[in-house]
Amino acid sequence: MTAPAVECRDISVRFMSERRVVTALEDVSFSVPAGGFVSLLGPSGCGKSTLLRVVADLIAPSGGKASVLGATPAEARKARALGFVFQDAALLPWRTALENVELPLEVGGRRALAAGAATPRELLALVGLAGWENSFPHELSGGMRQRVSIARALLGGPRLLLMDEPFGALDEITRDRLNAELRRIWAETGTTILFVTHSVYEAVFLAEQVLVLSANPGRVAALETIELPRDRDLSIRDTADFVAITARLRAHLGSVH
Amino acid sequence: MSAVADSAIVPASREAGLKAAEAAFRATERRARLRRRLLPAVGIAVLIGVWAGLVYVLKVPPFVAPSPQLVVVTLAAKFDILMANLLPTAIEAICGFLLGNLTAIVIAAAFVHKKSLEQAFFPVVVLINSIPVVAKAPILVLLLGNGMEPKIAIAALVCFFPTLVNMVRGLESVNPQSLELMKVLSASKAEIFFKLRLFNAVPYLFSALKIAASTAVIGAIVGEWIGSTVGIGALIIQSTYNFDSAMLYATVIVGSAFSVTFFLTITLIERLVVRWQPLTTT
Repeated sequence: MTAPAVECRDISVRFMSERRVVTALEDVSFSVPAGGFVSLLGPSGCGKSTLLRVVADLIAPSGGKASVLGATPAEARKARALGFVFQDAALLPWRTALENVELPLEVGGRRALAAGAATPRELLALVGLAGWENSFPHELSGGMRQRVSIARALLGGPRLLLMDEPFGALDEITRDRLNAELRRIWAETGTTILFVTHSVYEAVFLAEQVLVLSANPGRVAALETIELPRDRDLSIRDTADFVAITARLRAHLGSVH
Repeated sequence: MSAVADSAIVPASREAGLKAAEAAFRATERRARLRRRLLPAVGIAVLIGVWAGLVYVLKVPPFVAPSPQLVVVTLAAKFDILMANLLPTAIEAICGFLLGNLTAIVIAAAFVHKKSLEQAFFPVVVLINSIPVVAKAPILVLLLGNGMEPKIAIAALVCFFPTLVNMVRGLESVNPQSLELMKVLSASKAEIFFKLRLFNAVPYLFSALKIAASTAVIGAIVGEWIGSTVGIGALIIQSTYNFDSAMLYATVIVGSAFSVTFFLTITLIERLVVRWQPLTTT
């Protein structure tokens, strides 16, 4: 096994407000193996999005140390080693789907793709949006917008993909379809994925490992390795194994409430 | 009801039923569109009719208020004079519009770039804006003389404030996740400004520009009232003093026609530029 893609040691995050100090995360340690798929599962307000932002260098931790692909989060960010998918697709409404995917080539000192890297058009095809290149975000459905944002995050072939409840605002049918496609994209690209969700089903279906966080303050409550076949389709959710795992995770979540 | 049931059974007549429904829908649409176009014209016609009727029935003398017919005759007879006076007003309004809005955009960018600038100077801007236009005009005439300059300055001043406020809001009200995206991509401050904030501000800018298109004309006219021999504003003052009500009304109509044209031009440019929002049908 190679070095982990993400290594967090005793991460604490405190937010100061005028009245009080809020501890969002307390001594959180975990790691994500290279090429792995880890879900961060927890109730809202448990700091799972905060943890993702520490890894992405959007929030500096108050204590502890995070390392991403053997470097600091800031170095990984500057090297474009990580892609981020936001809860709302965060597309720029004045750009077409293709232009949105191309945005990473216009900022941060990047002007060209590395040789052999997938082009914006190829990435749109990978997420199932071939033929939609020239559509504006307002002409796309919520699910399609999130697909565009995944294509944008994949541009340049990041070794780590961070996803912050990307399917949380979608209807269940669209969400199921995108879950299945994300497994396929993960298998095809070989990128490491750290996925934040508050859906037990989504966490288990997608990931190889699920990290359960408790709330107030955010702490690691459990780490569950998902012993399911690598090749999964949605029907796996009806199997006894799947039901047993989700039941166990729900028990963890129940005990932390 | 029975027609629907029949068409469900026989495929051929079902096709015909769909066609008929589509035709009916299109006919309703067409009628609604025609009505939307026609009704405003009817409103204006009624207004002119009431005006003509009142002047005729009450025997209003021409030095108090003209009949619509007299205004039309004056518009035609004095067309050259009206156009000769519209030209300076139009130049002042357009120059003031450009100057005021460009300044507002630059200052808004500076405010967003340096928060302390905004905190120091925004109250000053509010203070200047609180002075009524008619009070600002004499001050500027004393400062800038009797030419076009004070009129341009007044037009610029009335455009400036709404654009500044809207532009600052547009530059600042960026989706927080888009801002985080830019940080993940290691975008520089300049890149965030030109790729994100500026585009975000464009719809806000256009709603300010549409206000400014009308107020710039008002500003130029008010400027001409204070001391001018040419322009729509000067013509309004002259015809009032001469009790030439027909000329006064004709001048007002020319002035507002220009104002409306200016507004519609900005609206047209907005439609060409802001392609990314679903357009509301008119």
